[in-house]
Amino acid sequence: MWDPIWITVKLAFITTVILLVLGTPVAWWLARSKVWWKEGVAAIVALPIVLPPTVMGFYLLIALGPDSPIGQITIEIFGRALPFTFAGLVVGSVIYSMPFVIQPIRNAFEAIGDRPLEVAATLRASRLDSFFSVALPMARPGLLTGAVLGFAHTVGEFGVILMIGGNIPGETKVLSVAIYDHVEALEWGQAHILSAGLLVFSFLVILSMMVLEKKLGRRLR
Amino acid sequence: MIDTKDSDLKNNGIVAQFSGPLDQFDLSVAFELPARGVTALFGRSGCGKTTVLRCLAGLSETDGGFLSIRGQVWHDEDHFLPTYKRPVGFVFQDASLFPHLSVYENLVFGKKRAGGRSDIVPIDDLIDLLGLEELLDRSTHHLSGGERQRVAIGRALLSGPELLLMDEPLAALDKFSKNEIIPYLDRLFKTLDIPVIFVSHDTEEVERLADYMVLMDQGKVISNGPLSEVLSDPALFIAKGSKTSSVIDVEVMSFSETDRITETVVDGGKILIPGVLGDVGSKHRISIAANDVSLAIDKPSETTILNVLPARILDIHLLDGARCNLLLSIGHRDQHGAKFLARITQRSLRKFDFKVGQDIYAQVKSVSMVGGVSRS
Repeated sequence: MWDPIWITVKLAFITTVILLVLGTPVAWWLARSKVWWKEGVAAIVALPIVLPPTVMGFYLLIALGPDSPIGQITIEIFGRALPFTFAGLVVGSVIYSMPFVIQPIRNAFEAIGDRPLEVAATLRASRLDSFFSVALPMARPGLLTGAVLGFAHTVGEFGVILMIGGNIPGETKVLSVAIYDHVEALEWGQAHILSAGLLVFSFLVILSMMVLEKKLGRRLR
Repeated sequence: MIDTKDSDLKNNGIVAQFSGPLDQFDLSVAFELPARGVTALFGRSGCGKTTVLRCLAGLSETDGGFLSIRGQVWHDEDHFLPTYKRPVGFVFQDASLFPHLSVYENLVFGKKRAGGRSDIVPIDDLIDLLGLEELLDRSTHHLSGGERQRVAIGRALLSGPELLLMDEPLAALDKFSKNEIIPYLDRLFKTLDIPVIFVSHDTEEVERLADYMVLMDQGKVISNGPLSEVLSDPALFIAKGSKTSSVIDVEVMSFSETDRITETVVDGGKILIPGVLGDVGSKHRISIAANDVSLAIDKPSETTILNVLPARILDIHLLDGARCNLLLSIGHRDQHGAKFLARITQRSLRKFDFKVGQDIYAQVKSVSMVGGVSRS
């Protein structure tokens, strides 16, 4: 019972960290850039919200599989293709949860506006300097929301994981798949424990996020 | 006051020229300013004065432009120095303090990044001058408008600027905060050795703080010169307003204990001011409302008016309606005395047949102090 929990937490944590590191510059670009094709990029980022997880999983399976160019590269480097590995789950989760991290951060960057960055420039801060010393600290509520949503959304991931990760105990079997298995096997007790745990977890996540966001938001206003 | 004659502006002052479409209008301005002193960029809302200030800071860029400060070129056809490399201090209308930093952290944000530049005002002196000791450890959230603006001014000055720019620094403040902050500014401007340019649409503020004025209308500079000259130019729209007044700088000569009258010297003559003004030799700025000046052909012998000044009519400008503005200079003949405006009716103008170049007597009914802090 603890294996799926551990794998789920590990997966969600790694996914969130990757998304914060890669997603923040993307969110910054989406918030600040004035190029006309920017909304096209924004639409691609938002696509996982509406795309059925099985569709995404199917394409990922093909894209990452041993016969694809990406598969060839991963075989060269790691000796195997990504599907049905933990690393494959991470790749899938990063794409699947991407909009839930990038969108709140983009909104937070947009809410800052031009003025604080202009002020920073008149105080000798270069663009990179003002990104770290002004934009990031002022966007904290958005970063927090993005991190929490990204983590929670990855915890609940099911369709994509089943398609590209399968159901390998100790490697790719996460909570949502474990619950599915228990139900399939008519082990209602086990399913109840895990499901109730996730229910409480989700509630606490949303609650603490709302409280924290309110607190941070008040500080920054 | 500014001495425009001694400085070679190309090498020591500010030379600016900006042109190009920007926002809703075509900007086309060019002006030169001395390297020291306080300049007001003055004009109606929407005339482009804030845009000019932003161009000076590099926050906005026009297609065509040139800007040099003390001989260093910041902007010409070939290059454009980005804002963060320009040694300017910029005070925004709404203070714009960083909400995630304390008052002290806000203050030293620019100082930390100014590198080896020597502080134009040492930080302790500045904290003292702006009255910020009490606020240093606080967050910026519960500061009053005046306090916020003082922090913003201190923050800009601590970044070691060679030019201080202020965008309507007092406009967002209520009367009370304004009165609180003006004495700080007055003191500060006296101690600064760098040029200050501030945007304003409030004549009172300008009279009080500026030495020099760039007057703008619809994206163009329509006049540019020492404050007293621009304010008293009868052809300009400022002179056409109903509360037009002129400013004159005076120096205290003596004080009469018996009737408590201060005698002051101005270019071309003397002006008497009731009450104590300051020590002998101290300099002050006074304001004379054009409506408080009346004219007489001969020196009136029977009058209660304290100041009857011999003056020469330099210009006559008819206004819409019944009135006209007369530009006077103190002293008869060609004394080139201090200039000020008189507002009389066109009927009186015709009745007495006043002519340009005529020597007359101006009766000044009242003189008001501008500020109350002596100016160097």
